Amino acid sequence: MTPAALLLSLALLSVGAFWIGKSRSLAIVGGSRGVRNLHSLPSHYGLMTAMWCALPALAVIGVWLVFQDAIILRLVTDHLPAGVRELPSNDLSLVLNDVRNLVAGNVPAASVGEPVRLAAAEYTHLRGISRMALTVLVMIMVIATVLTVRSRITPEVRARNRVEKVIEWLLIGCSTIAVFTTIGIVASVAFEAFRFFAKIPVFDFLLGTQWSPQMAIRADQVGSSGAFGAVPLFAGTLLISLIAMLIAVPIGLFSAIYLAEYAHPKFRTWAKPLLEVLAGVPTVVYGFFAALTIGPALRGWGESFGLNVASESALAAGLVMGIMIIPFVSSLADDMISAVPQSLRDGAYALGATRSETIKQVVMRAALPGIVGGVLLAASRAIGETMIVVMAAGLAANLTANPLEAVTTVTVQIVTLLVGDQEFDSPKTLAAFALGLVLFLVTLALNVLALHIVRKYREQYE
Amino acid sequence: MNNTNKPHKTPQETAAIVERSLRRRYWAERRFRFYGLAAVIAGMTFLVYLFFTIFSNGIGAFRQTEVRLAIYFDPQVIDPQGTRTTADLLAADYQSLIRASLKARFPEVEGRAQTRQLTHLVSSSASFDLQKLVARDPAVIGKTQDVWLLASDDVDLLEKGHIDRKLVEAERPLKDEQLRWADKLEAEGALALKFNRTFLTGGDSREPEKAGIWGAVVGSFFTLVLTLLLSFPIGVATAVYLEEFARRNRWTDIIEVNINNLAAVPSIVFGLLGLAVFIGFFGLPRSAPLVGALVLTLLTLPTIIIASRAALKAVPPSIREAALGMGASKIQMVMHHVLPLAMPGMLTGTIIGMARALGESAPLLMIGMVAFIVDIPKGITDPATALPVQVFLWSDSPERGFVEKTSGAIIVLLAFLVVMNTTAVILRKRFERRW
Repeated sequence: MTPAALLLSLALLSVGAFWIGKSRSLAIVGGSRGVRNLHSLPSHYGLMTAMWCALPALAVIGVWLVFQDAIILRLVTDHLPAGVRELPSNDLSLVLNDVRNLVAGNVPAASVGEPVRLAAAEYTHLRGISRMALTVLVMIMVIATVLTVRSRITPEVRARNRVEKVIEWLLIGCSTIAVFTTIGIVASVAFEAFRFFAKIPVFDFLLGTQWSPQMAIRADQVGSSGAFGAVPLFAGTLLISLIAMLIAVPIGLFSAIYLAEYAHPKFRTWAKPLLEVLAGVPTVVYGFFAALTIGPALRGWGESFGLNVASESALAAGLVMGIMIIPFVSSLADDMISAVPQSLRDGAYALGATRSETIKQVVMRAALPGIVGGVLLAASRAIGETMIVVMAAGLAANLTANPLEAVTTVTVQIVTLLVGDQEFDSPKTLAAFALGLVLFLVTLALNVLALHIVRKYREQYE
Repeated sequence: MNNTNKPHKTPQETAAIVERSLRRRYWAERRFRFYGLAAVIAGMTFLVYLFFTIFSNGIGAFRQTEVRLAIYFDPQVIDPQGTRTTADLLAADYQSLIRASLKARFPEVEGRAQTRQLTHLVSSSASFDLQKLVARDPAVIGKTQDVWLLASDDVDLLEKGHIDRKLVEAERPLKDEQLRWADKLEAEGALALKFNRTFLTGGDSREPEKAGIWGAVVGSFFTLVLTLLLSFPIGVATAVYLEEFARRNRWTDIIEVNINNLAAVPSIVFGLLGLAVFIGFFGLPRSAPLVGALVLTLLTLPTIIIASRAALKAVPPSIREAALGMGASKIQMVMHHVLPLAMPGMLTGTIIGMARALGESAPLLMIGMVAFIVDIPKGITDPATALPVQVFLWSDSPERGFVEKTSGAIIVLLAFLVVMNTTAVILRKRFERRW
């Protein structure tokens, strides 16, 4: 059976096991009249049986599937002709890849050589045996455990407690996934990044001003030495983020002030969600908008003023990114302004201040830490934003502060380095992970700082 | 406290000072208020302009120019041996039928170059449509029939008014003669805009007139369904554990801080994780919805957990106490009473998380869901792309015809998002209970 079919039948068997356990518990106390003699509800006995049926089998299937492929490949490799087997490991893995592709039906059989075809046939054969063995094993386990559990059911068995213990462990297991994700991110990105730093010194990467990641793939190629100085990327990222913040902070802040302090409640109820739509539009849409509409428009305007604007200028990308993060600034600022106690405003009014004076001199000062936190969050969003810059910013690393020129960013380079053909181990591929590590650390620091400021401030008025 | 250096002001003098400054202060007030309103209006204008651009560009993608040609299904070309077997019917040169029909229509055309320009009016994929037509109904062989065929992307652009006739011939995709032929067809009513079914039901293609989004929609569907199946149970379980069972200790603090930080990690970093762990370490297939779903699950989990915890917090403690007081165990109390009451809030959060996952493309680029894939994916391990990635791919294509397709795909994507978000809002309005 294929793994999917096996899982499906296991699910059906578990339903059966539930029913067996439930009816067994009812039978030993003589039908529904004797239920009060049972320690737990009949459904708890059913659940207990079903869990014994499913969980061990799932564990076996999981372990089996993890190792199946590696073991079969090993066997297949051993049976390859000696000439193929003694190839260097890179070429051997290419051959094995061909075998896998042939098995998966991705390539026609005619396009590969005889050894590969034989190996693929053997692979399919061994996989068939392995699947059969797994099916038999799982079936035997299911029958054995269900029968054992069934014979052990007595009125005294504390089925509910056992079931609930298992459920609680499942809940705990789920909650650790967030931690494992973080560990996974740090471990995977950092691991590849350290391999990169083993080839390119850290300081060359962080402080170098030359970025041209095209490496010579063959030793005899010329003209592509590969330079990995990331300063132009950092500068480009900062430039575009800065433009975005220059758009988003004033607009976001003023709209938050207007909506929180001046607007009629009716206007507020429809204006606020409408502004938040800006954050819900997929970033790829903004990217398309920037590349198709804003970029050429800026170029046209620039020409009419006699300025030379690159069609992939930092200004176009930054402008559109600014529009995207307006809601991040405005909704957080709105929350912070609303959290300022009315008594502070009343005090200012009583001293004769106008509304704008109250806002500028009292409300904003009280809300300032929270607003700074919100702006930092928005900045981290801008630094990590990918699609807009991939579609609207340039590819060439250009160390400039002129927003009318094309610059490139960290995220753009990650995408260009990793999309398309790539070879693992080359500094070009690993550089993407080094950039990812920098990106992760910077945004993490910004977030921690922002959350800290926001939380500290919130506590003051609660 | 009085400043001894300055003489005391009388109340009248103070009033005069205030009077004089009032005008300025009221002006500042009005100006400040105007800035606020202007900011709100600026935000709205951006929104309207964005939607207007996309819609005015993309609405044309749902209609496609077709050409009516009188095709003579020449038995000599299709099936010279008269075997009528499917293999023979499929192997025939249908392009020559189109060429013959066009030449019959425009007898003045001579020479290879001109003939090539003439056949360029019809899409190069039109021969496949003829092939299908014959395969479905071999009885047409030997007859002459009027058939509507896809026009080429350039004729489509002309019909939709995107080609400037005043340009010099060399700068136009269509030459003077082609324009004349197209006008002639147009005058006879043999050139018409029809509803573009291919766009909604076809896979990707290099030819703009043949490209469709169905492959991407199916890819997105597989990815999203799997994401939902994984992230909803895990997210709810995590929220239940943290809200109802966990004691406050260092471990739960670590989990909480983690969740909050993950919510703000750039999505591309999740893509790097997927590339290194799921593809590099576990050896899962590239470009597959399975890997996309795993990455998007990790990406949406924080959103779902945070929303679910808020929903659990909103259930009043009295419900819990009543259940426990009636002798329910803690699990029973959660499963039978708290969860059903918190479910609408959790579902709302989940739908919003799913909407975010649907619009996400950066992590999918990392795991290779950007390949050019013509076939409609049939399972979660087939190579596939997703809707936003399709938008990205098409926006990169040089052909002018793809601009329209890209905007059309965006319209479809936005339509899905609107439906999902509206569902979330309705769900919240209808089932949310306030205690």
